[in-house]
Amino acid sequence: MGKNERTYEDGAVDADEVDRFDAIAAEWWDEKGPMRPLHRMNPVRLAFIQGALAARPDRPPPDRPPEATLDGLDLLDVGCGAGLLAEPLARLGASVTGIDPSERAIEAARRHAEAGGLDVRYRPATAGQLLDEGLRFDAVTALEVIEHVPDPEGFAYELASLLRPGGVLVLSTLNRTPSSFAKAIVGAEYALRWLPRGTHDWRRFLKPSEAARLLRMQGLDVFDLAGIGYDPGRDRFALSKNRDTNYILAARKVG
Amino acid sequence: MTGETVRADLAVMGGGLTGMALALAAAAGGAKVAVVEAQPLATMTAAPFDGRVTAVALGSKRLLDAIGAWDGMAAHAQPILDIEVGEADGPARVRYDHRTIGDEPLGWIVENRTIRQALIARAQAHSGIEVLAPARVVGMTLEEAGRRLDLADGRRVLAPLLAVAEGRESRTRADLGIRARRRAYGQTAFVCTLALEHDHGGLAVERFFPDGPFAMLPMTGRRSSIVWALDDRLAGDISGLDDLDFLGEVAERFGDDLGDLALEGPRFAYPLGLVEAERATAPRAALVGDALRGIHPIAGQGWNLALRDVGALAEILADRRRLGLDPGAPEALDRYENWRRFDGFALVAATDGINRLFANDLFPLKLARNFGLGLVERALPVKRRIMRGAMGLAGDLPRLMRGLPL
Repeated sequence: MGKNERTYEDGAVDADEVDRFDAIAAEWWDEKGPMRPLHRMNPVRLAFIQGALAARPDRPPPDRPPEATLDGLDLLDVGCGAGLLAEPLARLGASVTGIDPSERAIEAARRHAEAGGLDVRYRPATAGQLLDEGLRFDAVTALEVIEHVPDPEGFAYELASLLRPGGVLVLSTLNRTPSSFAKAIVGAEYALRWLPRGTHDWRRFLKPSEAARLLRMQGLDVFDLAGIGYDPGRDRFALSKNRDTNYILAARKVG
Repeated sequence: MTGETVRADLAVMGGGLTGMALALAAAAGGAKVAVVEAQPLATMTAAPFDGRVTAVALGSKRLLDAIGAWDGMAAHAQPILDIEVGEADGPARVRYDHRTIGDEPLGWIVENRTIRQALIARAQAHSGIEVLAPARVVGMTLEEAGRRLDLADGRRVLAPLLAVAEGRESRTRADLGIRARRRAYGQTAFVCTLALEHDHGGLAVERFFPDGPFAMLPMTGRRSSIVWALDDRLAGDISGLDDLDFLGEVAERFGDDLGDLALEGPRFAYPLGLVEAERATAPRAALVGDALRGIHPIAGQGWNLALRDVGALAEILADRRRLGLDPGAPEALDRYENWRRFDGFALVAATDGINRLFANDLFPLKLARNFGLGLVERALPVKRRIMRGAMGLAGDLPRLMRGLPL
């Protein structure tokens, strides 16, 4: 379907607004635009998530072609934005629900998934709202979200409660170290201008031990933890032992 | 007009040797592939032997093995066991014996129709490949999530990535806004097949004459394929000869080691030239094979390089598929662009004696004159390196060409 042939069934959405959604989607999905760091980080995150969810090594055994490894998994992506993570997870076979408080982001995400023929349920909602509705999932992902919420403890409670027993939470965030201050605030926001200034408040960052404690209080056991390092020479992110700046963890709900 | 919409992970424009190999390689990585080909498949598979052959290097053979196509052509593939390179009259000759490297032959000579039949049979049997043929493309549109092809019969093909494998005169390449550089060599190549009185023993021969190189490639069934390049000024004279006189010229250059020679199939004459696309990619599109760079108009001489494109693109697609990433996103295309640019350059730079049989390159001639063929003959490490290059085992090889799974 070409851009001009598109029809909008929802009368409440005016054309200017629609153009703006498309502009937002285009910006989110532009690999060389403002969301570039997230795009660059995506392969690493996805490899980690697959490892945590499918409990399989990164590479498939030689006699089997790569295939959908998350088949049948009921997954919630919290803070999905325009769907940068939700879409790949859907391609891998998961049944994905994506939520974000920003209605614009959700509308942009819907349009992008539809254009690509992908089936993702997007909703403008918070984790708390879904919890109130009694929804539960096999897996929950919340990447680079917890550092933006005012009450991390309450957020951890919501994430844990949204999981079925045995379910897996994958969480990524920024460590609170001199290194993360230098890289994420001074580097990414000021020197490289990767992120708008004021995106992050360094004092809110959690150390891995603090995150693990927070989750353990909600009945979640951390079983995998890795740093995400940036190699400027190759312009590439990779999982590493160094958790000083970005890190990602997987925790299982006990019981 | 409305019609069916075919959705695929990869659309391939062109169902020739390169397009079909790409379809199979991508499907081996789990992708759903749609191949759009202008000719009916029946016409392509029923074509009588037209005299064109391909020299399949070891790396290419491994790829064909991995995509399940080699079995269908193995019985008709002539192994190249030795290669002899030398000046026409001088005593200096370099002989490349496959045992220098290992047990594997240096390459195989296979008729194009055999390769085509094997690829098509395999593609038709593959549940992940849909072949739309005959199909005429009347429109191509860049959309948010991929490319759309409108076919004359009303059907549509929708894919996040379009691979263009239409050959050196690709029209889609121009439609994508990619310009091509051309360079004429001022030479014409004559290609034909000879029936031999005596067996060739798997020996390929290349001799350098002042007016151009002459190569004889062993084929199955006691036949040889002749590739003979001549300056354009002389080519006209040869073109004008009747078959008997032509054979006489060939015999004069080649000698009588293999006894009486007889023509089998037609004689072809190709102007030698280079066609090189300025870029390997456009948004949601990638050029493969001759559409990217036609190093030699003699069918199949460039196919080893084409299969490196195929192996690289299939590997990128499989890697992205493993992570659930969009196969046609800029990051994927950038990776392909960089990989192919470097490899194409490396291939031109890292050239050698026998490579001339597989690609078109004047380095061996210089090598012969500057250092003396005898020196190469004695320097085993140099020889090994030259041979590995020609066998398609040098450079940044795709996994499929190293005998690894995708």
